[in-house]
Amino acid sequence: MHVIVVGLSHKTAPVEIREKLAVPESRLREALSRLCAYPGVREGLLLSTCNRVEVYAVVEELESGYGRVQEFLADTHLSLSSEHLTPHLYWHAGDRAIGHLFRVASSLDSMIVGESQILGQIKDAFEVALTHKASGLLLNKIVKKAISVAKRVRTETKIAETAVSVSYAAVELAKKIFSSLAEKTVLLIGAGEMAKLAARHLIANGVRQVRITTRNFQHGLELAQRFNGTAVPFEDYRTELAGADIVLVSTGASHYLVTADDVQRAMRQRMSRPMFLIDISVPRNIDPAVRPIDDAFLFDIDDLHMRVEQNREDRLREAAKAEQMVVEEVAVLGQWLQSLEVTPTIVALRSRTEDIKRREVDKMLARLAHLSSEDRAAVEALASAIVNKMVHGTMVTLKAEATSSSGAAYVDAARRFFNLEDIAAVCPAEHADASERPEGSPTGNGSGRLPESSFIQHTSKEQGRRVR
Amino acid sequence: MSSVFFMLTMGLYFVSTVCYLAYLLRRAETLSKVSLGITAVGFATHTVALAARMTDTGQAQLPTFHEALSFFSWMLILVFLAVEFRRQLHVLGSFIVPLALISLVTAAAFRSDEASTLQPVFKTLWVHVTLSMLGTVGFAIAFVAGVMYLIQDGLLKSKRFNVLYAKLPALDYLDHLNQQSIVMGFPLLTLGIISGAFSAEIVRGTYVNWNPEQTWAMVTWGFYFAVLVGRLTIGWRAKRAAYLTIIGFAGVILTLIGVVLKSHGSVS
Repeated sequence: MHVIVVGLSHKTAPVEIREKLAVPESRLREALSRLCAYPGVREGLLLSTCNRVEVYAVVEELESGYGRVQEFLADTHLSLSSEHLTPHLYWHAGDRAIGHLFRVASSLDSMIVGESQILGQIKDAFEVALTHKASGLLLNKIVKKAISVAKRVRTETKIAETAVSVSYAAVELAKKIFSSLAEKTVLLIGAGEMAKLAARHLIANGVRQVRITTRNFQHGLELAQRFNGTAVPFEDYRTELAGADIVLVSTGASHYLVTADDVQRAMRQRMSRPMFLIDISVPRNIDPAVRPIDDAFLFDIDDLHMRVEQNREDRLREAAKAEQMVVEEVAVLGQWLQSLEVTPTIVALRSRTEDIKRREVDKMLARLAHLSSEDRAAVEALASAIVNKMVHGTMVTLKAEATSSSGAAYVDAARRFFNLEDIAAVCPAEHADASERPEGSPTGNGSGRLPESSFIQHTSKEQGRRVR
Repeated sequence: MSSVFFMLTMGLYFVSTVCYLAYLLRRAETLSKVSLGITAVGFATHTVALAARMTDTGQAQLPTFHEALSFFSWMLILVFLAVEFRRQLHVLGSFIVPLALISLVTAAAFRSDEASTLQPVFKTLWVHVTLSMLGTVGFAIAFVAGVMYLIQDGLLKSKRFNVLYAKLPALDYLDHLNQQSIVMGFPLLTLGIISGAFSAEIVRGTYVNWNPEQTWAMVTWGFYFAVLVGRLTIGWRAKRAAYLTIIGFAGVILTLIGVVLKSHGSVS
């Protein structure tokens, strides 16, 4: 069985392709059942956002699995053919597929690295797959792990801490002047798009008092309603300054609306409570002579841009740390997947029962010192017989179900019933008979070469793939 | 035993200071945890050192300049640990721990082990020294908040968004910390001065005789009174408050120098 991902994203496909492939929420259920109806596809998860469409699946065979999923993607839109899609798709299998999901969930693959929306979208996609039983043991575990990896990245790196848009940079600066925005008042002079966006961010971060003034009073009233604020006549903007902790200016005026004198007067009235002025207009509407005034902090569009640029660099630095975490986590999950292989489980089961038998027999024989050597052999034979009969059924079932769709579930169950979790899963070299392996064989973890398991083949096909 | 622990504390605070200063310049957050750990251990050894000295000499000794400074440094770290515990304001350590180290080193310079016996009346001196030092701790924190305010203000004004900018808290928080520290420190200093005057009356028969220590203490007291009233009534806050508290703390240090000049080591 193989875990694979086939999909495309903003990095490989233009929006014209992405929008065609995108599956609306209402059709997600139908799409999933279509996906799982393909022969050889055992589990499926469909992630469809405006920046990416990806199918995660557990398939029986790698090559045919890739082909089926690609067919499925091509079928989602009439005007798309499989050949059409090929140049935009990526294919990953095994731990590369898992690593890809981890990176996507941690927002390392996002257009804006560190944005938080994607995690919610993955949770939603998973929810749908769960309710329609499209995902099973493997995908459930992998997606849950992806979500926890994303959370770890979020808490252990600063990838999501900094502002990456000009409008949000304003909020970030505001927070270095005011520790809490809750009691603060924002004054909007003019209402350019960016100013509106910044105002929305400020409100989302706790600002409750919004006062708006525009040349067109009617427009101001409408905006005030939208922001739950108050409209004030444009003539009054100078007198409004003193009451505002944050002033956002963006008008089309070609001269300075707010002068140094205005601010000086306002600062006197404010008894030097700090004031944060943001000038998003070009040409500028706040006189740069405001800058030296004590306790008034003026930032213009260039300052905000500079801040965003610095933050972007910071994020990339943090992203490198996050990538390292993803590698670690993929390795952890890889171990679990290996443990689901039948052979190592049978080895572990055998060694566990052998252990128990050995201990109990030794204990008993030590007490029965008077027994003859034949009697001792008989006791040992009895113990072996009981143990072997006890686990025989389990072994047979495991072997029989190894290739069935629920094989992994049986393996998981056996490992739990017999408490094999602490016995590291070792996948013996290919074709080696499990029974020939000595007890206490070296663990796969950390002792040199990791045995290849079919779950973690390092297969990736980025390009040049053609489907018949 | 006390001196061993005292030296140990000094060593620990020195290492912690180095770590905290490095923390200011580095992006990594782990350094702050290391520094905090060292500071906490230093605080523990300091506590032992102070307790040991108390039991060694008992209270039957004049409170010396050494003890006053050592106690000041101990209180400073105690307050820092409390703030850090509640607010996780790591960067505060980069300012307070060096201050505590300086005061410890100064204390070490005035250390004397000869015990001078104390007449019963001198016991009021302990009250005077303790209260004055607690007030001084408040002013020290206000001073640190003021310095941090001016740095952050400067960085914002000049638009240098560096590591320090990222680590320093919001301006109004620093302003608030400044105000709180003075509000706490001022009444303690007032009580310290009053108890000092009573001690003087018992010893010399006059409440005030305007020696350098007393003069500076009164000037400092008046200055902080003005700062506090100015802040609460006519808006001496933000940058102005930061400057004023830095100047005020300089006054406090002059007072302490006055103490040394007058008595060469013993507070009376």
